[in-house]
Amino acid sequence: MSMDALTESFFGLFNYWIVIVLMMIGFYTVISHDNLVKKLIGLNLFQTSVFIFYISMGKIAGSTAPILTSGDAVYANPLPHVLILTAIVVGVSTMALGLALVVRIHEAYGSIEEDDVLAADYERRDEEDETERQRSARAQPPGDARDDTKPSEADNGGQTG
Amino acid sequence: MIDTLFSQMPALVVVLPLLAAPLCVLWHRSTPSWLTYLVVTWACLGLAVLLFVQVKVGGPISYAMGGWPPPFGIELRLDALNTLVLLLVTGIAAITSIYARASVAAEIPRERGYLFYAGLLLCLCGLIGITITGDAFNLFVFLEISSLSSYGLIAMGEKRRALLSAFQYLIMGTIGGTFLLIGIGFLYMMTGTLNMADIASRLPAVADTRTVEAGLAFIVVGLSLKLALFPLHVWLPNAYAYAPSSVSVFIAATATKVAVYALIRFLFTVFGAAYAFGTLPLGEVLILLSVAAMLSASLAAIFQTDVKRLLAWSSIAQIGYIVLGFALASASGLAASLVHIVNHGIIKGALFMTAGALFLRLRAISLNDIAGMGRQMPWTSAAFVVAGFSLIGVPATGGFISKWLLLEAVIEDGQYWLAAAILISSLLALIYIGRVLEALYFREAAAHQSPVAEAPWSMRAATWALVILNIALGLYATPLVDAAQRAARSLLGAGT
Amino acid sequence: MSGAMSGAWLPWLVALPAIMSLIVAATGRWPNLREGVSVATAVAVFVGVASFAGPVSSGLRPSVTLFEILPGVGMTFTLEPIGLVFALVASGLWSLTTIYAAGYMRGNDEHAQTRFFVCFALAISAAVGIAFAGNLITLFVFYEMLTLSTYPLVTHHGDTESRNGGRVYLGILLTTSIGFFLPAIVVTWLLTGSITFTDGGLMAGAGMGTLGAAAMYALFLYGTGKAALMPFHRWLPAAMVAPTPVSALLHAVAVVKAGVFIVLKLTVYVFGLDFLADTGASKPMMWIAVITILGASLIAMTRDNLKARLAYSTVSQLSYIVLGASMATSLGVLGGTMHIAMHGFAKITLFFCAGAIYTATHRKNVSDLDGLGYAMPITFTAFFLASLSLVGIPPMGGTWSKWYLMAGAADSGQTILILVLAISSLLNIVYLLEIPTRAFFHNPRPDTPRHWQEAPWACVIPLSITAAGCIVWFIYPVPFLALLAPWAP
Repeated sequence: MSMDALTESFFGLFNYWIVIVLMMIGFYTVISHDNLVKKLIGLNLFQTSVFIFYISMGKIAGSTAPILTSGDAVYANPLPHVLILTAIVVGVSTMALGLALVVRIHEAYGSIEEDDVLAADYERRDEEDETERQRSARAQPPGDARDDTKPSEADNGGQTG
Repeated sequence: MIDTLFSQMPALVVVLPLLAAPLCVLWHRSTPSWLTYLVVTWACLGLAVLLFVQVKVGGPISYAMGGWPPPFGIELRLDALNTLVLLLVTGIAAITSIYARASVAAEIPRERGYLFYAGLLLCLCGLIGITITGDAFNLFVFLEISSLSSYGLIAMGEKRRALLSAFQYLIMGTIGGTFLLIGIGFLYMMTGTLNMADIASRLPAVADTRTVEAGLAFIVVGLSLKLALFPLHVWLPNAYAYAPSSVSVFIAATATKVAVYALIRFLFTVFGAAYAFGTLPLGEVLILLSVAAMLSASLAAIFQTDVKRLLAWSSIAQIGYIVLGFALASASGLAASLVHIVNHGIIKGALFMTAGALFLRLRAISLNDIAGMGRQMPWTSAAFVVAGFSLIGVPATGGFISKWLLLEAVIEDGQYWLAAAILISSLLALIYIGRVLEALYFREAAAHQSPVAEAPWSMRAATWALVILNIALGLYATPLVDAAQRAARSLLGAGT
Repeated sequence: MSGAMSGAWLPWLVALPAIMSLIVAATGRWPNLREGVSVATAVAVFVGVASFAGPVSSGLRPSVTLFEILPGVGMTFTLEPIGLVFALVASGLWSLTTIYAAGYMRGNDEHAQTRFFVCFALAISAAVGIAFAGNLITLFVFYEMLTLSTYPLVTHHGDTESRNGGRVYLGILLTTSIGFFLPAIVVTWLLTGSITFTDGGLMAGAGMGTLGAAAMYALFLYGTGKAALMPFHRWLPAAMVAPTPVSALLHAVAVVKAGVFIVLKLTVYVFGLDFLADTGASKPMMWIAVITILGASLIAMTRDNLKARLAYSTVSQLSYIVLGASMATSLGVLGGTMHIAMHGFAKITLFFCAGAIYTATHRKNVSDLDGLGYAMPITFTAFFLASLSLVGIPPMGGTWSKWYLMAGAADSGQTILILVLAISSLLNIVYLLEIPTRAFFHNPRPDTPRHWQEAPWACVIPLSITAAGCIVWFIYPVPFLALLAPWAP
């Protein structure tokens, strides 16, 4: 591969490499970290990479910012910028909601580590499951009690065959 | 004046809930908020009916937001497909408004009631927006609106587990939405436009590029997360189980169905069936995933002790049916898919309503808790019986019609193993519905359980309205099937 | 169909029992009035159905389509001879069963009697719906309605045993119907473009090969779980947990009769006798029927519990009818349809007797019935007569159905089937006639109280009537031959 081609494919597409790197860092952070706030940060990184992606695709070689000035000028495509403004708002709302949830989780569980929260949940769930199992074992259909006094008409006649 | 009103209907149906949400916040009280919700949802339903009729008679409607003509401005485009889905969404919202009064009063603290209704209205606005928009990025925005509001609504559940469920849903949902955004970005890169019809016309020229293929992949994965297709379904059981009952009803009946609609819209209108299913092996992949969903989720449902969780897993299985339908990429498969979108919305809505009614009286919803309620809450239990039978596919109910059409589509295609998979998962559904019915009718109420009254009449009325609609669609399915077939033909025929 | 006629009354006849079930529910507090409503409705339905006998015999086929369920598929009712016979049997025996049930339920102080009679009415409505169905979808709707309406009857006692029996019942019936019958209907629809019952068979012109036709026939027949073909017969013995009037209903009046009726209807109107005879597509199922006949008879001999023995006897007798259908000859169809009535009368008598014995003596096993014939002469005589009818000995009605089945076997060239029917009759003698033999020719057990006598009159009179009916049908089979003229020699 010639130096020129390498340069073109790496430096020419530099923005997109950054997008991929940020995206993967963000994604990895979301998946691997237990701390809820860190997850949100990872999510934010993930979303930011997409912003950069959009802006990168809107750039036209030799263009300037898409703000009208007097005289001839080549403007970068303003549409992606608009899209990104919308997406940033969406990102901010998501972040706000996520952080609000983290605050509530902290109030309820006393921790913002997912491991601790899940452990508390599983403990509770195990208790509940055990209670449910005991209740199921004790349960009996209503007719069983009723027919105790007289012989049941049915018989297990058709057991084999 | 009336003419002006009629011509603005598409915008009205989105804007009305959007404006009503802050109005609820302004009221700051629960009852006026509920009244606002009631009025707005029924108004939206009326608008949806008018739009449906208009499209049926006069063909697709195109509405330019703000007067800016497409493809530069945002276009709202109503055709046979989305007017049907719009009817479902607004219908469910309207019925939920009757149901929600008593349910919300019992589950949400009084001082937060207005926020709840504001959230519901925002969610409704988002869902309606997804349904009728003709612009790809606009779809993303409305998707995020509906998702964000549903995260907040789910977090309002009583148990603290609702918080983590909402958080996990938030993480996964945002990743899904972002994937969708990336996919749309790729499409924009290659075609230079965001208007769906415009993309469709420009795409064939650039379809062979890796960018477009990657775009398709990202869009499919992103929307699959939203519609909880196996294996991206992990968020759903917790989210449905711990959300407040009205939220479960509303979201189970609509949110995933609207995501399915979005996927159908992208696959058939934007990319075109020939490209999506012909050139790429998307059909095979979706079929495999949907079969996995149908079988594994039905199996999982059998082992659940919590009724709402059971219904959530059942939903994942039913979404498998819906995806199977359109993954066949045939007119009959697509029509079967659309019929089941409507029928399942009604069935799941009714089932979650009965679960909510049981929860209202019993304050708990495991199989042991609902034991013996068949005698104490006869109307609610009977509603569960009928809706459960519909889920299994007993004739004279809507579920049977869906199953019939799906079997027809699958056998027509010659895929007998798919027919076997559909029937096996119906029988699995028989088992898990049977477990709930046995708990309701064949067990004594728990010893410490004091006798409970039947659910409030408003909840009963809403539940039975859905149940009766379900039976009506089971006995007289022709209008629905006709509408679905028209929609399928328009999707496959014209391509736009 | 050979000659149309407006069937506007047909939906009313189907709906009448269901509508009257509401009245039954409302009159729950006055038992005699409640039972009177059931009996009156039964008589009304019988008379209504009988009024169609004339037109149908002369070749008319009353038909009506109520509304469209799916595009191109409607809820259609069409009356033809086999359906007419089934409807007459069902409605005729319903009134008798109601009287018997009244005596039995009151004699045993059963709970939830109103629910019982309401479900009875709904089951009859479903059975008449099946009898009148004009296409496969209508048939399927009412078939499922029959399963669901009889479920509360099977699980009537509400105890663990009933619940388990109900699970087997519902499990097998719903599994076979959804798993086999439904895809069979869909495939038929796709292959032939229609699911309407047609003279000469729907599939006849579809150009299906032998293998495909055989597979479809098997799919349909196994899909009809109520016909109790092995190995899907287990629901019938499992349903023994129900009170005896329910068993009578299940075995004689509605449920299994609906199953074999559907088999006959499928054979004649979906596949067509000529098509089946030409392709031999029904042969595999014919052999399944043979296995069921012999296998169930053998199992019946090993059962000491009377009701279990009768249950396996029913499984065996049902396959007579399936055999008659799968022989693909007219006489076979004639014999099979007559057997619906003959077996109905005989079996209902046997079950009525079993219930009467239980009500009077609380004895359930055959080995405990020694010498009871002198305490309960009417009951055991009726039992004896009904057994003779099932064996096929004159002067009992069962002779005719067996005769025509054998003639059909000869017609089809499968003479081995005549041997099978003969062997089966011998087995029937062994396991059925043991009971009257023990009752009349053995000494009573030492612990038999002296005061035992017949069951209440409400139990005894119906069983006497049905036993007498067995004799009457021998002497006077003309109604059947007239109605079933298309298949008579």
